[in-house]
Amino acid sequence: MLRLQARGQPSRFWAWASPVLALALTALFSGALFAAMGRPPVLTVSTFLISPLFAPEGLSALAVKAAPLVMMGVGLSLAYRANIWNIGTEGQFTLGAIAAAGLALALPDAPMGLIVPLMMIGGTLAGALYALIVAGLRTRFNANEILTSLMLAYIAHYLLIYLVTGPWRDPEGFGFPQTAMFSDAAAGPRLIEGSNLHLGLIAAPVVALIAALVLGRTVLGFQFRVLGQAPRAARFAGFDENRLVWLAMAISGGLAGLAGMFEVTGTQGQLTPASAPGYGFTAIIVAFLGRLNPAGVLPAGLLLALTYLGGDAAQMRLGMSNAITFIFQGILLFCLLGCDVLILHRVKWR
Amino acid sequence: MIALLLSVLAAATPLLLAATGELVVERVAVLNLGVEGMMLMGAIAGFAVAHETGSLPLALAAAIGAGMALSLVFAVLTLTLQANQTATGLALTIFGRGFSALVGAGYVGISAPTLPKLLGIDPMVPLALVILAVVAWFLARTHAGLILRAIGDQHDAAHVLGYKVIRIRYLAVLFGGAMAGLAGAYMSLAYTPLWAQDMIAGRGWVALALVTFAAWRPFWLLVGAWLFGLIMYLSLYVQAIGVPIPSALLSALPYLGTVIVLVLISRDGRRIRLHRPAMLGRPFHPAG
Repeated sequence: MLRLQARGQPSRFWAWASPVLALALTALFSGALFAAMGRPPVLTVSTFLISPLFAPEGLSALAVKAAPLVMMGVGLSLAYRANIWNIGTEGQFTLGAIAAAGLALALPDAPMGLIVPLMMIGGTLAGALYALIVAGLRTRFNANEILTSLMLAYIAHYLLIYLVTGPWRDPEGFGFPQTAMFSDAAAGPRLIEGSNLHLGLIAAPVVALIAALVLGRTVLGFQFRVLGQAPRAARFAGFDENRLVWLAMAISGGLAGLAGMFEVTGTQGQLTPASAPGYGFTAIIVAFLGRLNPAGVLPAGLLLALTYLGGDAAQMRLGMSNAITFIFQGILLFCLLGCDVLILHRVKWR
Repeated sequence: MIALLLSVLAAATPLLLAATGELVVERVAVLNLGVEGMMLMGAIAGFAVAHETGSLPLALAAAIGAGMALSLVFAVLTLTLQANQTATGLALTIFGRGFSALVGAGYVGISAPTLPKLLGIDPMVPLALVILAVVAWFLARTHAGLILRAIGDQHDAAHVLGYKVIRIRYLAVLFGGAMAGLAGAYMSLAYTPLWAQDMIAGRGWVALALVTFAAWRPFWLLVGAWLFGLIMYLSLYVQAIGVPIPSALLSALPYLGTVIVLVLISRDGRRIRLHRPAMLGRPFHPAG
């Protein structure tokens, strides 16, 4: 019989070894799943996890996909540390993308020095305000933030559909549901001339660094951690829980909005129904895999970015649906949560 | 008028089935946020088996089995390995979306046998009501139901009295999975008899909201399911009669309705606290 014995102290070794073990188990389980579906397991898993890295420009594609995931994962780490369950980042990402697109379409002739900062502010504000609806509903009306933030994500999705099929549809777009292409200035400066490496690739690690400092070195970060680990202690210490909820939602929502802005302007160049392809949900896995720690979110974001490239590779080379991305992500999260038992427990057979 | 009533009942049925399962799960104080994922698994399993074999009983069994299989993963992770319930539930939904989309890629745009109607009514509609009534009776009037509620309200005491907390929670979680799978099958074999990627479209999350709305009481679940059925029906009806509101915005209506209802219902924190299973979402460590 499997028995769990409490360690008393969380194991620091397993806190970081668990994701590695989980990744190995994920490769094993997904291989078994593909074998059961009549697919060659080793080829499928290696096409998925390894081939994208060696594709031409594979690494820059990885960085471009990782940037929004890292940005959102950092915001979620702060919120989840405080036990504030914002799971509607997809919606806040969408709102950031919509705000940025609106500015880019309204000011097609603005110079880069004006339009890019404007869109960064607009995208961040839109994401933050959308998240603050959730904060308001929780602090004022006691409504569960998991459900409200998720419902708002569905609403944001339909708002996006409405805009690209209705008022913002490109009149010269042959009826496709998409906006006109943004100006070159709106795409922002490129880190390497001619590449698609946009400003968000610098912003993401900077955000992670700032968040690490806030969480580890400030009173605010301390309050977040106490609220999450010992809510009663936080209350006795006189921390204003409502204020922390507002802040956590504003930060995680604002970062999601910023990520959406970079994605739609720096990578996509126009708003389409596919402008928000589930990055907000993937960022939840990024946050957990990164141990709710901004430093850990960086490698976690790169790994989850790989699952998107892997899905595309499996689609192109093996003719599989790119839904395989989400299967892999789901199994990874299962394995991670299972392996995390080792942080607080020793497992014994008896 | 009758047609309206039947449409509302039909729209309410998948919500009612899934929410009845989740109600039992939450009454033993387990919070499984993976309803959406389990419904998707049930929808594709039911549809695929109906298409391949032509047998509806087999299809329903497959849907129930698929929902239970995914809920078993949840149970092992959260009950045996003490993983975080919120995160595990989300993982269930992410996996269910991916898996159903991958398996379902070959089933888009084709048809399968649909559940037959009796007197113009889908048999699943009254079945959902019967199941709800049985669950209500079980929780309120049987010894086993009392034990189940006791575990939800004070698992340590129940454990000391010798009840198998973990085992009973496993059974409840599996029941929730079976009901979500059945709800998914109703969607793909009766309500919109087709498979489409992400066809559950948030109904699993609405079912979760319904359980809170009902404050964990079966009768109020019925009221809530009909209310949401009405909202869903209205957003379709308004499109059908050609009211000049863009269809994308109308599609957002049920989600907006859910938020509003949640807010109205949660305002009274005392009422929620009074009815909520006291141990909801908390892990149980058997001592020793």
